[in-house]
Amino acid sequence: MTSTTTTPQSATTAVALSGVTKVYGRGANAVLALDGVSLDVAPGEFVCLVGASGCGKSTLLNLVAGLDRVSGGQITLAGDANPGLMFQEPALFPWLTVDANVEVPLKLRRLPRAQRRERVAELLRTVHLADFGRKRPHELSGGMRQRVALARTLALDTPVLLMDEPFGALDAMTRDILHDELERIWSERKLSVLFVTHNVREAARLADRIILLSSRPGRIIYSTEVNIPRPRRIDSPEVAAIAAEVTERLRTEVGRHGQ
Amino acid sequence: MASDTLTSSARTDAEITGLDALEIAGRDKEVSRGARIWAATWPKLAALVIAIAAWQLVVWSGWKPPYSLPGPLEVGRELAAQAQGPQLWDGLVTTLRRAAVGYVFSVAVGLLLGLAVARSTVLRAAIGSMITALQTMPSIAWFPLAILLFELSEKAIFFVVVLGAAPSIANGVISGVDYVPPLLLRAGRNLGARGLNLYRYVIAPAALPAIVAGLKQGWAFSWRSLMAGELLVVGISQTSLGAQLTYSRELSDAPWLLSTMIVILVVGLGVDAAFGAADKAIRRRWGVLDQAGN
Repeated sequence: MTSTTTTPQSATTAVALSGVTKVYGRGANAVLALDGVSLDVAPGEFVCLVGASGCGKSTLLNLVAGLDRVSGGQITLAGDANPGLMFQEPALFPWLTVDANVEVPLKLRRLPRAQRRERVAELLRTVHLADFGRKRPHELSGGMRQRVALARTLALDTPVLLMDEPFGALDAMTRDILHDELERIWSERKLSVLFVTHNVREAARLADRIILLSSRPGRIIYSTEVNIPRPRRIDSPEVAAIAAEVTERLRTEVGRHGQ
Repeated sequence: MASDTLTSSARTDAEITGLDALEIAGRDKEVSRGARIWAATWPKLAALVIAIAAWQLVVWSGWKPPYSLPGPLEVGRELAAQAQGPQLWDGLVTTLRRAAVGYVFSVAVGLLLGLAVARSTVLRAAIGSMITALQTMPSIAWFPLAILLFELSEKAIFFVVVLGAAPSIANGVISGVDYVPPLLLRAGRNLGARGLNLYRYVIAPAALPAIVAGLKQGWAFSWRSLMAGELLVVGISQTSLGAQLTYSRELSDAPWLLSTMIVILVVGLGVDAAFGAADKAIRRRWGVLDQAGN
């Protein structure tokens, strides 16, 4: 039995998964969700995980975030990184204002009040919500809430960002703009991102590397580097070409389950 | 290339600001304070007028003689007279003191019990359903036992008040903790809230609406138990509101009886309104109020 560990010497990888296996349930009801997944994310690398339903994408992020335990294998995070996790829902605390939401991780790290205020203002400027600090989440649009969630995650000051279909519930226009935003923040802050999506175009738009997971159990079946210069546009022919290639593989994988 | 990036980021900024402005347009509808107070007040005034009118009509119909059912005017005069003397206020103070002591103790027991049951699966299996069973027991049915145990005393009343209120409060806590959205728990843990901090930053505030609902129900039970207790357990030193009801009936003093009932009603309504305001404030903060502000 191994679990998430942190070691300072592995500076060449931000996140290292080796032979990660996850089993849910036991005995005859046991379900193998992930089967021997090995994957390294370099510092500053943007990796997209793509797969159909049941490929254990979300399970994988939960394991890396330390919210769940591996059944086998090992997950190593560079330094004492505590990765930030974002979900498809903003998961903001409805009883707190935008300011107070972003402040939660800072409070939990016991930063002094003056410093907290400064950091909250800076983070909200980063996501273009400087004027909305005193609003409550329900007063904002979906895209704005998701940006508050991003600011709150960035408040962890973590080099590793885990994103579980964060833009899946947004309309196309908002999503395009948030892609630009995320790309800018990622490059400014030199983050390592592990981004789960079922939207292949989104993966091609954002990723340095796309990794395709099979379904039931989740295994890595394909991986490709995306060498399109940034900033990219989601409707560019290069992005479309990569997306077409990954979609083809994904369809083959999905078709395998229909036989 | 550099200037290219700059213009593109400036464009993104403009797009974001524009999108935000479009999406939240029309969400900030301010209603004036006066209009809000009026909207909240007039249905209550109307209800009061209808109740008094109906009462007066029944009196005028001659259904019962005026010495057993006096009209609103006579009762109003009696109430005004009572308000001048010490008896009503002494009774009110006694009753409210009992209510406060019983309720505060019930809250302490209910919160602790609720938290313990919500946290521990063993406790839940053992006493979770017992709490629900206790709740179904009409509190007045406890009084004979309470009187056997504590005789005709304040303790008997206290015992029944706590038995009536604490289970409701505990149930509020349990359901509040049970229904904290798992997503918020995961988010909280990821943001670094573990152990007690998870309770402080996520579970307690998320459970607050259900806890307030439990507190409100607990109050209703304790107020009812208290009135039943004061009616049954009379003759102990002080003349509480409940005792005054009993005395006024024994003296066939209908105006006194009705004016005491009005005081009891007003106390109940007042506390209920306070809970209602707390509940509404929470729902407004959470953004779950509907358009009409209900």
